[in-house]
Amino acid sequence: MNAASADAIPAQRFDWIPPALLLAIVLGAFAMIGTPSTWVTLTVAGLAMGLLIFIMASGLTLVFGLMDVMNFAHGLFIAIGAYVAASTVKFFSAAAGADSFLANLGAVVPAILAAALVAGLLGWFFERVIIKPVYGQHLKQILITTGGMIVAEQLIHVFWGPDLLPLARPATLRGSFLIGDIAIEKFRLIAVVVGLAVFIAMLLLLNRTKIGLLIRAGVENKEMVEAMGYRIRRLFVGVFVAGSALAGLGGALWGMYQESVTVHIGANMMVLIFIVIIIGGLGSIGGCFAGALLVGLVANYVGYLSPKIALGSNILLMVMVLLWRPQGLYPVSKQ
Amino acid sequence: MMARLLSGDLPRSRALTAALVAILAGLALAPFLFPGTRPLDVAAKVCVFVLLVASYDLLLGYTGIVSFAHTMFFGIGGYGVAIALSRMEVGWGSIALGAAAAVALSLVLSFLIGLFSLRVKAIFFAMITLAVASFFAILASQLSNITGGEDGITFKVPELLRPAYRLLDEPFLGTIVGGRFITYYIVFGASLALFLALLRVVNSPFGRVLLAIRENDFRAEALGYRTVIYRTIANCLGAVVATLAGVLYALWLRYTGPNTTLDFAIMIDILLMVVIGGMGTMYGAVIGAAIFVVAQNYLQEAMKAFSGLAKGMPLLPDLFHPDRWLLWLGVLFVLSVYYFPHGIVGQLRARKKQ
Repeated sequence: MNAASADAIPAQRFDWIPPALLLAIVLGAFAMIGTPSTWVTLTVAGLAMGLLIFIMASGLTLVFGLMDVMNFAHGLFIAIGAYVAASTVKFFSAAAGADSFLANLGAVVPAILAAALVAGLLGWFFERVIIKPVYGQHLKQILITTGGMIVAEQLIHVFWGPDLLPLARPATLRGSFLIGDIAIEKFRLIAVVVGLAVFIAMLLLLNRTKIGLLIRAGVENKEMVEAMGYRIRRLFVGVFVAGSALAGLGGALWGMYQESVTVHIGANMMVLIFIVIIIGGLGSIGGCFAGALLVGLVANYVGYLSPKIALGSNILLMVMVLLWRPQGLYPVSKQ
Repeated sequence: MMARLLSGDLPRSRALTAALVAILAGLALAPFLFPGTRPLDVAAKVCVFVLLVASYDLLLGYTGIVSFAHTMFFGIGGYGVAIALSRMEVGWGSIALGAAAAVALSLVLSFLIGLFSLRVKAIFFAMITLAVASFFAILASQLSNITGGEDGITFKVPELLRPAYRLLDEPFLGTIVGGRFITYYIVFGASLALFLALLRVVNSPFGRVLLAIRENDFRAEALGYRTVIYRTIANCLGAVVATLAGVLYALWLRYTGPNTTLDFAIMIDILLMVVIGGMGTMYGAVIGAAIFVVAQNYLQEAMKAFSGLAKGMPLLPDLFHPDRWLLWLGVLFVLSVYYFPHGIVGQLRARKKQ
């Protein structure tokens, strides 16, 4: 090997098959559904669901990639986000009840930010107290994070009461836009916008900044990054807090979408999140995105086309993807 | 004789022996010692959960794999009997057929899940089982024409097991010897026998290999043991015993529904029992299940009293609200994982060594 070729690192070739698969599913669904208006509605709903799942799942998969830690209590941050959002919206009930879009935003934006903030702080606490002592021990991680979730769920009951909490969506965010005969729910559009914004911000952060470079390097080879003198622990805490905050944000949106909050909101979501990050490839952010869209779209299409198998569609999807690519859509290369 | 019955795995601690003997005697004589419906319910539940938790310990404590699908197998057993007894003629044949079908289904499922996901990391297996179990729970609640949906299935049991049946006309030692009495002893006897069988398994050469895999799977593989095969067999074995526990529980309750078998809360309960009792010690299952079930039924009353005392103080009444009993067991669970990895049994045994 000569010097010139050693200098130039070959750019990693992008794997186009998963996006092509997504496109094929979207187009195939169009052929099977037939009516364009239904198809658009379903596609937007699928994208919104997928992006919401992506927001919640992205932190978890990065944390796993970086530090080999699987947090089974991730759903807790989702639940906390939803509860905090419910309390905040209640606090700004004047703005939430007004009939102008801007005033409504004045209630929704603080709610989402507060949810992300509280979930992030809780994530920091959780990392320090619960996860730090059990690095490198998978079995204990699973047990301890599950235990943390049990305690935290009960504490939510203590602070917010055991009953279902209503989370009313502000007036102007309800209903749908009608374009011709195509109905698009307003809130889903917001979910799509927020989800895409998070995804783009994350891509920029990961690909265009030094911190992003370190995170990506840490996922591939932790020891080497440490050997270069960077404190991967500190980086990891940052990623964990950011991931928890994103889960809180996603929980706030999800709670507003459902218009009610229970303590099980997170645990129910966890199953979907696990499926998504397994499909995507553990630790891969691109895979998480592709997997989330795949799950969201397929769930909506199948739910319309044949409601009978809709229940199992996620599991079937997971099995099929794993039979095709056992390491997930975008396997993370580990040294 | 005793050592043979316990497969040479003696309690190895005086306090533990005393506790185990007390629990065994309490369960064996429950119909005589604790008259009334509720205490007998608690005793039967302890029997079933000792078995269920012991079979889970085979996976978690001995093989080092975390499964979240144990309640699924428990539920398969319960639904197997329930569907057989409600669809077919009420009799012992239906019970046997339902149980056999349930065991077969559990075997196939656990084998598939094992082959599919036990090759890779423990975390992967935990995630897959969680997904499959939640799918199964949804399936059971949706296929209401087969499973009765959220309502579950209430079914009739054979004549001999019905509460109205009387074996002896006169009460024996003040206890009515009837259907409930017989059912209880079937549950108790089967649980005891299966528990001893599990004890035999973990103390066999096979059990030693499982321990080796738990401690260092890489080295076990290097020594020539096919770890995937051993893990899959352990997984299947645990699933079958869990299914049988489900059969027993369904026979006792004469009802099977999502809330008594498939609920994720039960999975959490099992985890709490294993860890608090002691992972990797079969006796931990006995201690853990006994403490937990009794706490579940009687701790709430103690907390109610305490909560009443703390009335007027901030937050305390909420923290000690009777419905918050799981909070305190959860705290105990977290502390156990950190400080007492072998739970109560480990603590008792360690004290003896000092």
